[in-house]
Amino acid sequence: MSEPILSLRGINKSFGPVHVLKNVNFDAYAGKVTALVGDNGAGKSTLIKCIAGIYTAESGEIFFEGQKVEIHGPRDSTGLGIEIVYQDLALCDNLDIVQNMFLGREERKGVVLNETHMESLAAKTLDGLSVRTVKSIRQTVSSLSGGQRQTVAIARAVLWNSKIVILDEPTAALGVAQTEQVLKLVRRLADNGLAVILISHNLNDVFAVADYIAPLYLGTMAVQVETKNVKANQVVELITTGKSEGVVGVNA
Amino acid sequence: MSINTDNLAGQDVNLKSVFSDYVSKIKAGDIGALPAFLGLISLGIVFTFSSQFFLTPRNMANLLTQAAPVIVIAMGLVFVLLLGEIDLSAGFASGVCGATLVLLISSHHWPWYAALFISIVVGVGLGWIMGTLVARLRIPSFVVTLSAFLAFQGVLLLMAGEGGTILLQDRFIIATENNNLTPVVSWLFTIIGLVIYIGMGLNRILHLRRNNLKSELFKIWVIKNSILAFLGIGATFVLNAQRGNPPNSSIKGIPIVVPILLAILIIGTFVLNRTVFGRQLYAVGGNAEAARRAGINVRRVRTLAFMICSGLAAIAGMLFASISNSISPTTGGGTTLLYAVGAAVIGGTSLFGGKGKLRDAILGGLVVAIINNGMGLLGFSSGTQYLVTGGVLLISASVDALSRKGANIPN
Repeated sequence: MSEPILSLRGINKSFGPVHVLKNVNFDAYAGKVTALVGDNGAGKSTLIKCIAGIYTAESGEIFFEGQKVEIHGPRDSTGLGIEIVYQDLALCDNLDIVQNMFLGREERKGVVLNETHMESLAAKTLDGLSVRTVKSIRQTVSSLSGGQRQTVAIARAVLWNSKIVILDEPTAALGVAQTEQVLKLVRRLADNGLAVILISHNLNDVFAVADYIAPLYLGTMAVQVETKNVKANQVVELITTGKSEGVVGVNA
Repeated sequence: MSINTDNLAGQDVNLKSVFSDYVSKIKAGDIGALPAFLGLISLGIVFTFSSQFFLTPRNMANLLTQAAPVIVIAMGLVFVLLLGEIDLSAGFASGVCGATLVLLISSHHWPWYAALFISIVVGVGLGWIMGTLVARLRIPSFVVTLSAFLAFQGVLLLMAGEGGTILLQDRFIIATENNNLTPVVSWLFTIIGLVIYIGMGLNRILHLRRNNLKSELFKIWVIKNSILAFLGIGATFVLNAQRGNPPNSSIKGIPIVVPILLAILIIGTFVLNRTVFGRQLYAVGGNAEAARRAGINVRRVRTLAFMICSGLAAIAGMLFASISNSISPTTGGGTTLLYAVGAAVIGGTSLFGGKGKLRDAILGGLVVAIINNGMGLLGFSSGTQYLVTGGVLLISASVDALSRKGANIPN
């Protein structure tokens, strides 16, 4: 097996007396989807925020492409090529798709916005993701469906030659058909060589797209497993009790 | 909605797709300037047929010069409204800045350009104070600017002295609202303006086509530009006609305030549409949290918007001073601010933030001015005029709210 692009070792994080993450190990691989699952309060969000630089872990090491790195702020993680798509997507409804994709990082020619360049780049990115469901990339986000919005948010994350994309519950608010669409997109991201970290509550989704499953149980990583080696009931056991008979982890 | 993105770069736009795009735009809550434009045209037609004085050169020129200060304030308000904020103090801010201008010229004998510069600095400074309070302390802009409304009224009263009027004696400032371009210059202004505008539009379409990007349908563009050219040339004809009483007085040409308005419109539209700051303004108005996460300095954007609004109010103050050759304690008071907010909203700027253009202020300002002017000519009382203006504003605000509801945007 290839080396993980992102590797967390012995991560600890507390909020006051509450020890949220306890010696968590976690790996993500380029070209693979790694699902981060766990019950409410298991520490999924905290772990993600440590990777994003919103929180700083108290102890533990983060390796990126084999090198030890320090992540002290969102800027550090963006610099490494880590992008996060939050659950609420953070899109501006009144702006169009191109404007949203470049929000905060507009291309300029002198003082003037370089619209042509941004539009071509956005179109190319969407094409690269085989997104064929939007009518025009100059339509405002308010006219898009939930799935299309998710697509725009994901496209924005991959626009910057990012290497790792973290998706927070991308299908939580979607119907069946749109969930299918987004999952296909998630798969395509990985097939394009990105490391995808998918946070999800929905085991169907996880089994549909994930290569690895990392279940968190009360702040500890139960065991990171390969999807093809486990069954759904075993994952449920890992999520609810932290252990399961006969499960072999990838980095045990 | 599953048309290939292959069409993104394609040219297969036709009238039908333009129409369906417009419908989906309306459904998405973006109703645009079309209702205001149609309203303006129909009001113009109604008043032209019901009053013989309406479409006379003199009345048209008066309409433009009287609407100008309110339009300038409304253009400033667009920046603040785009954020979903409001500035209730802009009317009296124009009064305070106008008084500064006139006092510097009349009492301290400053040259007009230096006095104008200082009055704009004062305006921007007032905006900075209000903007900082709104952006940093997150006091609702309604409260901050309401306090400022009262305070500025007090400042103006102190500057003018109780019941006093400060007279303006400077021919440059007075010229802005009272003089006209000569007929020849008027024609040059219109023709050169149209040529530049149409040329830039054409260049833009060609540029988009060269880069294989979707551009506006050529037919629609031709129709829009023809209407614009027709209106521009027609207005120049009317305004170039003699409206004085020769041989005692000869008045003709485009009022000087028109190029001033156009200059503000062009610079402001450039800032809103083509610069990073403009994009950030729309983003903060649309979703402040998303803008913040995208790395935009939301406080800075908010503060700047208030500074621009009050800065433009200072220019309106100059126009007020020019119209009446003086500043009084009521300059910028009364209905000024209400008409300015009304103008922006009637033109299509959303009170909820994120939607609006500078030209909305001009369209809406003209609608408000035409209602008052036309109804006045027809002999309606001021009471009726206020009622009708209020009704039009309410309709515009309802359209805004309904289109927003249609787009399912949470408040």
